[in-house]
Amino acid sequence: MGKMIANGLTAGVVKVESEEKNRPHGQQRFRPLNIERGIEFLLKLSAAIAILAIILISIFIFARGIPLILKIGLIDFIFNLKWSPSHGSYGIAAMLVGSLVVTLSSLIWAVPLGISSAIFMAEIAPPRIGSMLGRMVELLAGIPSVVFGFFGLIVIVPFIRTHLGGNGMSVLAGAIILGIMILPTIISISRDSILTVPAEYKEGSLALGATHMQSIKGVILPAARSGIITAIILGMGRAIGETMAVVMVTGNSTIIPGSILSPVRTMTSNIVLEMGYASGDHQAALFATGAVLFIFIVILNLVVNISIKAGKNYAN
Amino acid sequence: MSQLKLKSENIKVFYKDFQALYDVNMDIEENRVTALIGPSGCGKSTFLRTINRLNELIEGTRTEGQIYLDEQPIYEKDRDVVELRKKVGMVFQKPSVFPMSIYENVAYGPRIHGIKDRKRLSEIVERSLKAANLWNEISDRLNSPAARLSGGQQQRLVIARVLAVEPEVILMDEPASALDPISTSRLEDLIVELKKKYTIVIVTHNMQQAARISDYTGFFLNGQLVEFSSTDELFVNPRDKRTEDYITGRFG
Amino acid sequence: MLTNNTGDKFIKVFFWLSGLIIVAILFIIIAYIIVKGISAISLDFIFEAPRRAGKEGGIWTTIVSTVYLTVVSLIIAVPVGVGSAIHLEEYAPRRSWFATLVNLTAETLAGIPSIVFGLFGFVFFVIFLQMGWSIISGSLTMALMILPTITRTAQEAILAVPAEYRENSLALGASKWQTISRVVLPSAVPGIITGIILAIGRAVGETAALILTAGSSLGMPEGLLDPARTMSVHLYILAMEGISMDRAFGTAFLIIVLIVVINYLANLSLRRMSYVNRQI
Repeated sequence: MGKMIANGLTAGVVKVESEEKNRPHGQQRFRPLNIERGIEFLLKLSAAIAILAIILISIFIFARGIPLILKIGLIDFIFNLKWSPSHGSYGIAAMLVGSLVVTLSSLIWAVPLGISSAIFMAEIAPPRIGSMLGRMVELLAGIPSVVFGFFGLIVIVPFIRTHLGGNGMSVLAGAIILGIMILPTIISISRDSILTVPAEYKEGSLALGATHMQSIKGVILPAARSGIITAIILGMGRAIGETMAVVMVTGNSTIIPGSILSPVRTMTSNIVLEMGYASGDHQAALFATGAVLFIFIVILNLVVNISIKAGKNYAN
Repeated sequence: MSQLKLKSENIKVFYKDFQALYDVNMDIEENRVTALIGPSGCGKSTFLRTINRLNELIEGTRTEGQIYLDEQPIYEKDRDVVELRKKVGMVFQKPSVFPMSIYENVAYGPRIHGIKDRKRLSEIVERSLKAANLWNEISDRLNSPAARLSGGQQQRLVIARVLAVEPEVILMDEPASALDPISTSRLEDLIVELKKKYTIVIVTHNMQQAARISDYTGFFLNGQLVEFSSTDELFVNPRDKRTEDYITGRFG
Repeated sequence: MLTNNTGDKFIKVFFWLSGLIIVAILFIIIAYIIVKGISAISLDFIFEAPRRAGKEGGIWTTIVSTVYLTVVSLIIAVPVGVGSAIHLEEYAPRRSWFATLVNLTAETLAGIPSIVFGLFGFVFFVIFLQMGWSIISGSLTMALMILPTITRTAQEAILAVPAEYRENSLALGASKWQTISRVVLPSAVPGIITGIILAIGRAVGETAALILTAGSSLGMPEGLLDPARTMSVHLYILAMEGISMDRAFGTAFLIIVLIVVINYLANLSLRRMSYVNRQI
């Protein structure tokens, strides 16, 4: 036995007979070197790390958050308006509503502007201007959220305070900053999906006597629909998950906002504001909030995958 | 009569459900040029790629039958493909130089086969470039990127890269199809010169080329080897009607 | 017909306007921070350590922490991401369940909000593995966040390497790994570098996840187990707690300059990649 191993080593080979026996010629692998096998294994291992990470993230977030949800009840956790850790009351309804309100109000203006600039870049602008704009959008995407938050705090909040009233820290400030931040996502994905619409569609429509604008509305946008929906959903995901920019401009009161000028606290803000000093049930409640966010994002991802598949069917 | 170098026995190749080759039997002699001709998609390139087992790179390919190199079967469980491909070099249709210097391109093969000594590498590089008739043109710029060479030079560089591994057989898959007439004629001269040391199997769609440089010619059609004989005989006295149609240009 | 054309022209103006708004937004943000921030910049601001919680002094320790954290997370994420890309593009059979799963999880990973990464990093690295608030906890968390970017760009770069290179190398008797390590990867390097540059951009700007994993200590980190405060975290704390708006502007200025430079480099290496591939 020892001799066989020594032989195997000196020859630098591994025998893989059992696997090879029934293979036709086409799939035979002959005497792969030890080192090749080792590297192949390492590479597969690194690919597996992404899977491992997702599993660990789910396990650890849920393990820390779920017991508290079970203790106070899912209904109470989600629908109770009272968040008061010092009194042992952990309802995230106000923050849940806060996240949704800020996200939706950012979508209201960022989606139309994003899509129309995507159309502009893909269809109307001269190619040089289109690609220049594309690089600007990339740069916008690269600006860190804390810088957006800082800009909002210094420029937008005081502007709202002087011109619209209130103290400026508001749903509106959050909606403006978040909208700017999700514009790159909406624009680049919509633009890509418009660009992949086959040229024949447009030519066919133009040949029928439709104007350029009519062709955009009647042919190109419907064909790019699933990509645009994907863009909106991903933008929404980014808005719900955004933390630093929102926390810096929305005032962070745990109340359901009465108007766009009232302050608001989102789920993400709540986590970053209180993690520093939370412990026990309080900390568990923040993890439970993280779990809710996580589920939100996974669902949005699923919807995106379905929408992409639907788009492929549509294209076929 | 020269010695037998390669022998294929009932070679069949399948791509998933499609059968690309039907029972190809061929004897290839040492130090001779054997040309494979036939219309596109006839299986001549597929056959060429069975000789160094390169078809296996394509998922879903299956090969049956046997090829013997120096009477040793190559489709065999214990056969080392790396060893096989060292002995059987290949030149492709499109000259594909690696994005490195001329020197590094030629030294690539010897290096992967374990030669590290710089002096020996330089010797091999020089000898191979000389054998490929490229040395005189580029000996002063061995360290410049290979991509800057002309198409004809690139193809000769690729041949030098193959020669550096010291193969016994060289497979060529339409090596002149991307070249201009002058480069093509230089390549043909080179092939005739190389056969003194190597056994050459060349796929070509250019019948004049096959007639000019080869000793034996095989005509493929629809995955079958229709006719295989000495080049003179095949072009002057084809036995099969289909061969005659093809070489006289009356084919489809 | 005439009305159609005037309608078209009107709509066209509207589209031009929306493009213009995007330019204006970007311009205003960058210009504002640069104009307001430049006066805070001096050699002392950059090279002096902060004093009195950042109220005085410079931001040197946060610059060092940012570089430290970024480098360590790249050291972790680049081999894993590139290795994963090699496996997916060169080894895994198309449509195998494993490859599908890896691609799907990488996508999901890319969508997870940084605050959730922060929570995970906190409970897993900081608490469970007892690494505490430290460079290593922050870097490991950061590595997971940039992993999808590195994997995806490396995948694209490997995919763009011409198949003939592989055929030629294998036909010369090279083994699969020799072919990958000596021909495929060197050709894919510009693309891989683009991914790394994008990841650096993300690491420089990250805040939420790092507050929860690397802490916010202003000291100079001396080892992997020391806590650290990056420039972005520093900016957040300076601005939110109103410690020093002047220094917040200066920090924001440096971050913006960094991001613009990184963006420029990414574009440069992208163009170089398409140039290399055109040469072939």
